[in-house]
Amino acid sequence: MLTILAYLVVGIFVVGFTQRILLYARSPAPLKIPTTPAPTTTAGVVWRLFTEVVFFNSLFKGDKWAWLGGYLFHGALLLVLIRHLRYFVEPLPPFFAHVQIAGVVAGVAMVGGLGLLLLRRLLIDRVRHVSSPSDYLWLLLLLGIGFSGLVMQFFLRPDIVHIKGAMMGMWSSSQSLPLLTLGDVVFLAHLCMVAVLIVLFPFSKLMHAGGIFFSPTRNQVDNPREKRHVNPWAAGQHTKESTHG
Amino acid sequence: MADYSAPEIQDDIHVPAVQVGSMAHLKPYPAMEKHMLPLGFPEARLADWQEKGIAKLGEMLKKYRSLQVHLDICVKCGACTDKCHYFLGTQDANNMPVQRADLMRSVYRRYFTTAGKLFPGLVGAKDFDEEMLQQWVTYFHQCSQCRRCSVFCPYGIDTAEVTMAAREIMDAIGVGHKYSTEIISKVHEVGNNLGIPKPALQGTLAFLESDMLENTGHEVRLPLDEAGAEVLLVAPSADFFSEPHIQSLMGYAKVFHQAGIRYTISSVAAEAANFGMFIGSFEQKQKIAKRIREEAEALNVKRIVVGECGHAWRVAYSFWNTLNGPFDFLDPRYPVPQHICEFTYDLLQRGALHMDKEANDGYVVTMHDSCNVARASRMGEHAGGQFEIPRALIRASCHHFVEMDPDTTHERTFCCGGGGGTLTDELMELRIKGAMPRVTALKQVMKRDKVNFMALICAICKAQFSKVLPMYHIPMETVGGVHQLVSNAIQLGVNKGVV
Ligand code: HEM
Ligand code: SF4
Ligand code: SF4
Ligand code: SF4
Repeated sequence: MLTILAYLVVGIFVVGFTQRILLYARSPAPLKIPTTPAPTTTAGVVWRLFTEVVFFNSLFKGDKWAWLGGYLFHGALLLVLIRHLRYFVEPLPPFFAHVQIAGVVAGVAMVGGLGLLLLRRLLIDRVRHVSSPSDYLWLLLLLGIGFSGLVMQFFLRPDIVHIKGAMMGMWSSSQSLPLLTLGDVVFLAHLCMVAVLIVLFPFSKLMHAGGIFFSPTRNQVDNPREKRHVNPWAAGQHTKESTHG
Repeated sequence: MADYSAPEIQDDIHVPAVQVGSMAHLKPYPAMEKHMLPLGFPEARLADWQEKGIAKLGEMLKKYRSLQVHLDICVKCGACTDKCHYFLGTQDANNMPVQRADLMRSVYRRYFTTAGKLFPGLVGAKDFDEEMLQQWVTYFHQCSQCRRCSVFCPYGIDTAEVTMAAREIMDAIGVGHKYSTEIISKVHEVGNNLGIPKPALQGTLAFLESDMLENTGHEVRLPLDEAGAEVLLVAPSADFFSEPHIQSLMGYAKVFHQAGIRYTISSVAAEAANFGMFIGSFEQKQKIAKRIREEAEALNVKRIVVGECGHAWRVAYSFWNTLNGPFDFLDPRYPVPQHICEFTYDLLQRGALHMDKEANDGYVVTMHDSCNVARASRMGEHAGGQFEIPRALIRASCHHFVEMDPDTTHERTFCCGGGGGTLTDELMELRIKGAMPRVTALKQVMKRDKVNFMALICAICKAQFSKVLPMYHIPMETVGGVHQLVSNAIQLGVNKGVV
């Protein structure tokens, strides 16, 4: 049963995410609209996107606190995700011994970063004004995931075998509800919150993770005079390509 | 019109507290039937405007990746909230870029996303109802499409794209804006925004020629409709009739004269401006720009040079090739189109111009980067040429040049407050308040460095500042074009011609 649920969750994510990305990729970009500082070559655009994804370059220019909170959170999230690979990969590559420790630090950094983002949202009147309930809920959900993870890490080691047994029992027989330890409950909560996150991902603002690569103001080369950009849906255009200039 | 008082200028630009609805009263005049019909828009609001508007939004989403992606992926991080001059000047919550875009995003969510259809309250989805439409009319006309917000957004979300789409949707349901539709009608009817007929244009040019002859002793020409000239000069029509714009026009003329390059102005395409961009319409942009291509062909010129105008340069540089290209009948050795600053800079590099900087010794000059040049186009061969080339011309024309606060120049420049179709009297309160950030930065250098001239290359900026600076107790003569400085400094008759 758990396996089916897991496949369903991942399935919804993969299909939903792919559909969204295809939608972005297939929407036409009728005009050249890169924002300054716009690179004049494709290599320049690749570098620009790299700095946006890896350093949050524009955000750094725009808002230092959001950058700090966001950077802590995303960086830590990445490490934590890598660390979680140990639950899915056999055998573990040797470098995982180092990732383990970094992973613990990352867990703390993730919760700290999220806390900072939440504080910003609550304390700065402009950010508070533009937030809708879902914006808080995302932070709370991620905080919930982070906290439950840390609790398991430091205080209550859940017994996976026990949980499995209990779950099986729940679905298969009429015996009374098996006893779960507190650690087990925390683990189940952690798992459920992650499942909710993954399912809702493609239908939410979390699509920024894929969308950032399709933003025309960031991914276009600034060369409209040198190379003719064609609008696929324009009527009455001369359609010939040209490269003079 | 009410009597407006300008906000108090502080020592620096401070981010104000958010106020709800402080600018809710300010709407543009509605479009008139006689200006909507020729543009192919319904003459009045449609009975089924709601349905039609939502359908139009659906159509726009399929046509513009910017809209689809930018409505989807905003995380409400708030980095853009203090970046808009209109928010800084008015405090109105809906003038924070993300909040402005949310007026459309909430409608998009309601009708085009699963989350918004199921849980509107949770994700901030809203109906496209009368109240929403009124907010669209108000706040999508309090955006100058300057793109400052886009620079600082982690995903480059461009509220200008959203504003353009919103105006196109409103036009499609018969809720147009008088200023832009009237001007576009004039362009189609007469050939320029100001509605100047050919004889009037001819008269002005002749008058300016005799003026220059008197002042310089040289026969500097302003030729009209001369087939076979090397260059077609396309200037904003304000350059022919308004101050300080005319000063720059004379600057261009002197550069052509000194270079010995034959050029002509066209009475049919006597307008670089393209308000099709302000109303977001691809078709109008294309149609308005087409006159220029056709005139270039008819007059058999080899090059097209565009005068000092911000949004016109964006349309020319970024869009012309897409709209009506390729321009392969022109001389491929020169960029198509070429900015007048690129043109003059090139001559300067080749030693064809002699400049007497002392002519501008009365000035301490600073430069206002016009948004559409700064953030939406380029000059020269390298990134950033749009900043360096005009500055190189200023430096070649005067001894004293200083920069304003770097947070207010280059790609971080603040709009003058009158761009994007807001340069109309009924929006004066917005224009005054929106100029606050730029005026603050200007006052800093006026105090620190005794600056008394702010050079720029945009016709709308010139018109806006000439009107608004006096309300901040700054003389209107403080503002002028880069080619006004060139005009003062250029030495006529020395080593004439291109070397
Ligand atoms: C390509 C990968 C990604 C990039 C480049 C990216 C970038 C960003 C940036 C620049 C921000 C705005 C600043 C901030 O508030 O942190 C942001 C916000 C956010 N991101 Fe990501 N992100 C990525 C992947 C993810 C993933 C996988 C998740 C979720 C599991 C996520 C969750 C969030 C959330 C919840 C926010 C809003 C934070 C707030 O409320 O302030 N991101 N992201
Ligand atoms: S900076 Fe971009 S992502 Fe952040 S709130 Fe503004 S538009 Fe949204
Ligand atoms: S484009 Fe300019 S005027 Fe419009 S919201 Fe952004 S910063 Fe404000
Ligand atoms: S008028 Fe000038 S400053 Fe204002 S939006 Fe246009 S280019 Fe920018």
